[in-house]
Amino acid sequence: MQTMAEGAVRPLSGEALSGQTAAKTGKPVLEIENLSVQFRSSHGLVRAVENVGYSVHPGEMVAIVGESGSGKSVSALTIMRLLAQTAEITSGTIVFDGRDLLKLSDEEMRRIRGHHVSMIFQEPMTSLNPVLRIGLQIMEPLFIHLKMTPDEAKARAVELLTLVGITDPESRLEQYPHQLSGGMRQRVMIAIGLACNPKLLIADEPTTALDVTIQAQILELMKDLSRRLGIAVIIITHNLGIVARYADRVNVMYAARIVESGTAEEVFGNARHPYARGLLSAVPRLDRGRAMRLQTIEGAPPNLLKPPAGCRFRPRCRFAIDKCEINPPLVEIEKGHRAACHRSNELEKIDRPTASSHEAISAVASSTSGPILQLQDVTKFFPIGGGLFQPKKLVRAVNKVTLDIAPGETLGLVGESGCGKSTLGRVVLRLDDPTDGKILFEGADLAKASSDEMLAVRKKMQVIFQDPFSSLNPRMTVGEIIAEPMRVHQILPKDKIHDRVAELLSLVGLHGYMADRYPHQLSGGQRQRVGIARALSVNPKFIVCDEAVSALDVSIQGQVINLLESLQLKLGLSYLFIAHDLAVVRHISHKVAVMYLGKIVEYAPADELFANPKHPYTQALLAAAPIPDPVIERTRPRRIITGELPSPLRPPPGCVFNPRCPIAVENCRKEIPALRELGPKHWVACSEV
Amino acid sequence: MLRYVIKRLLLMIPTLFGAAVLIFLLMRTIPGDICYLRLAAGGGSIPQDVLLNCRRELGLDEPMLVQFWAFIKGLITFDFGKSMWTNRPIVEEIALRFQLSLQVALMATLTAVLIAIPLGTIAAVKQNTWIDYFVRTFTIAGIAMPSFWLGILIILGILVTSKAWFGVAWMPPIRYVPIWQDPWYNLSMLIWPALATGYRYSAVATRMTRSALLEVLREDYVRTARAKGLYEKLVINRHALRNALLPVVTVVGIEFAFLMGGLVVTEQVFNLNGLGKLFVESVLNHDYAMTQFLVMMVVAIFAFTNFVVDICYAWLDPRIRYTR
Repeated sequence: MQTMAEGAVRPLSGEALSGQTAAKTGKPVLEIENLSVQFRSSHGLVRAVENVGYSVHPGEMVAIVGESGSGKSVSALTIMRLLAQTAEITSGTIVFDGRDLLKLSDEEMRRIRGHHVSMIFQEPMTSLNPVLRIGLQIMEPLFIHLKMTPDEAKARAVELLTLVGITDPESRLEQYPHQLSGGMRQRVMIAIGLACNPKLLIADEPTTALDVTIQAQILELMKDLSRRLGIAVIIITHNLGIVARYADRVNVMYAARIVESGTAEEVFGNARHPYARGLLSAVPRLDRGRAMRLQTIEGAPPNLLKPPAGCRFRPRCRFAIDKCEINPPLVEIEKGHRAACHRSNELEKIDRPTASSHEAISAVASSTSGPILQLQDVTKFFPIGGGLFQPKKLVRAVNKVTLDIAPGETLGLVGESGCGKSTLGRVVLRLDDPTDGKILFEGADLAKASSDEMLAVRKKMQVIFQDPFSSLNPRMTVGEIIAEPMRVHQILPKDKIHDRVAELLSLVGLHGYMADRYPHQLSGGQRQRVGIARALSVNPKFIVCDEAVSALDVSIQGQVINLLESLQLKLGLSYLFIAHDLAVVRHISHKVAVMYLGKIVEYAPADELFANPKHPYTQALLAAAPIPDPVIERTRPRRIITGELPSPLRPPPGCVFNPRCPIAVENCRKEIPALRELGPKHWVACSEV
Repeated sequence: MLRYVIKRLLLMIPTLFGAAVLIFLLMRTIPGDICYLRLAAGGGSIPQDVLLNCRRELGLDEPMLVQFWAFIKGLITFDFGKSMWTNRPIVEEIALRFQLSLQVALMATLTAVLIAIPLGTIAAVKQNTWIDYFVRTFTIAGIAMPSFWLGILIILGILVTSKAWFGVAWMPPIRYVPIWQDPWYNLSMLIWPALATGYRYSAVATRMTRSALLEVLREDYVRTARAKGLYEKLVINRHALRNALLPVVTVVGIEFAFLMGGLVVTEQVFNLNGLGKLFVESVLNHDYAMTQFLVMMVVAIFAFTNFVVDICYAWLDPRIRYTR
């Protein structure tokens, strides 16, 4: 360790490294073998990682994919030896650079952390210390590991910030984390990770908390750095699109074990494990419309306190046979492609889409009657500040939005965080009062409705929230939660409510006995179903789904999307579907509106909008969102939009998108473009298209 | 930063005014008045004209609004008037007692902070070890034990040990001498009440340090600090402790302000002539002028301590410094 000389920093603009290090031959940087980790909890032993093994070569990006609780983060934290004290490593070796990390003393391990192996975490908002300056946080590992002087460290920090694409690095060093946006903070985290020229960088869901355009910027940066500096990268993610676009090799984890591993092309194109195949067909895709139902994996991942014997996936597997009660080993099928399934060789033949997945969704909005909801110039400004000394400022959250939704139709509302899409949802429901404009629901203007009038309307409009954990009262049983709206609105006589609750539970695919459970006893997907049942209890006509599936794992998300779609068919519901995930929106929506900084920039039928996006922002969003197919991804042009969403306190003059727009002209900085109808029902707010 | 300071200072004015209204009205809703108490001290009936005369002298026959205005005017012009009971200027009555109470409070705070931060930190870092259990027992005892009772134990302890070791029973002095006149004498008198109150104080602050630090140690940025390969000492001192101190500062502030006016029984135990004792006496005597002034002073101390706490917050946490 000492021979490599503390302080010998390789040049960062190391073009020389690019050629040979990217080659995946040679010795791996990291080799994990037979790793098992367990946690002691009050309920018993949780085997979070079992017999996991993989290797990573220099310059290579290896993805670990899996749903929450599959053990992907735990296996990564084990490499850093940063597990909680309740964790116990029961077997395995982690050989890094010729040494088994699990055998090192704490002090030896400390010298490796942040020096030769570094890690980037999921939440850039909380991963930086709020009370210390950015500069110190970047320089710390330089002082500790490379024994740099303050001047050297400062120069290096400036160099690092420049490398990760932060402008004006000198003054950034003096700033505190809260003064930077989420994307910038994640760049700082990467700079810290790269500070001592590590050989291995572990990124645990590095972009999950970020918007799609920022996500693309961050991942492009990591990929580029990995190639240029020959750094091996392990990326942990649940997003299959990211894997397809960036990963060289993939390890799919399910219930603490690796079930399939191979190159991205092989795993995506020729998956040999039913779970991997199921995952790929369960995820909505940007390049596919809403014609088909998603083919989902039924059920939920097993409880690791009491995992099923044999193959962990057996209870959910459509192809399970008797032999599956014996745990299938991870065997090599082709060179470098391994799967843990007894039937991996016959899967290609027997895996045909099930009948239900061919069931087309033919719900065409009944256009004969008028729209159920019409928004005309709806505006919501929030005054903020206005203390003793400051003048009041206005946040223009929603700025003159005009939209309409027909009965039985889904309107998708997409945009990045802070664009005002959730505020619009709240204003439509009159959870917030609009500053201006009309909200016509079945012809009556809600904007001016009194609270009594609203009470009558609220029966017809309901909401499903994002977080299934915090939107259900933990002290009420599921039955009480679902019954509450019916009691408030006195829809049913008391003796009938019990039966209705059971009916609603079966409608959303839950068992009747769950009425007596409390929310914490249910899984995330089940809770979201309870949220849907609650919304349906008053027989609404219109439901606002505010990021209703974003918090759910891929296989569960598909189930909930299917449920929402079949309920729409059965009950003729209209949805306002607010989401940041373009693929989900594409799958579920008839019409899509794209929102940017409080304004609708494009509004068109879904297929038209995705096939033929006009507004440069829509184009940028689509380009930034990865498609879970490496073959398509390798051929897609990369046009990554730069910059970040400006503050809605100080929107840029003219077109709000102009500072980031690749085609902006002088006029865009002066005039605010109006929505123009460029094709049939295709509205675009851009003067240059 | 300067703007923040000025803003915090200006915000103290409405607080003080509200307290002034409240105490003025409250004092006058208590049945009976100072003239009764004064004149009935010897027993027997009080002639009506003597009573009225007494009230006129003290200005109690004026309309409420006039009395209130006189009170507020006194506050603004720093003319605090005389005690209605002793007829001596309030400022004079308070001066010595304030010195004494302030010194006890400061010494107790110092004791508490010096004990709390290291002890709380060790307990959090060594969570669920015998060190942690010891600290938790020590602090539970501190919270459960009333300070005055601990005070009595301390005095008894001093008597017994001094008798056993030196053959002569030694007692802490009971006459107050300011610290600059005779530091040794002063400290030998005040260290004991400071310890007695400081123990409880430190127990509260230790528990707060421990729980705040435990919470911070679970934060993502502490994991980041460890992932950078920092020494554990640096992780705790630089990354965790500074964030954990915010709630501790609040507790220390509130306790300090409380010590300034609330040490009634402990002062009795150590025979100290402090503000707490004066407070109780003046309330019992219906000494409007004195009680009102004392309440206003305690409110001012609380407001000022809170102000200092806020400044400490801003110093510790840049998010507060820059958003205001």
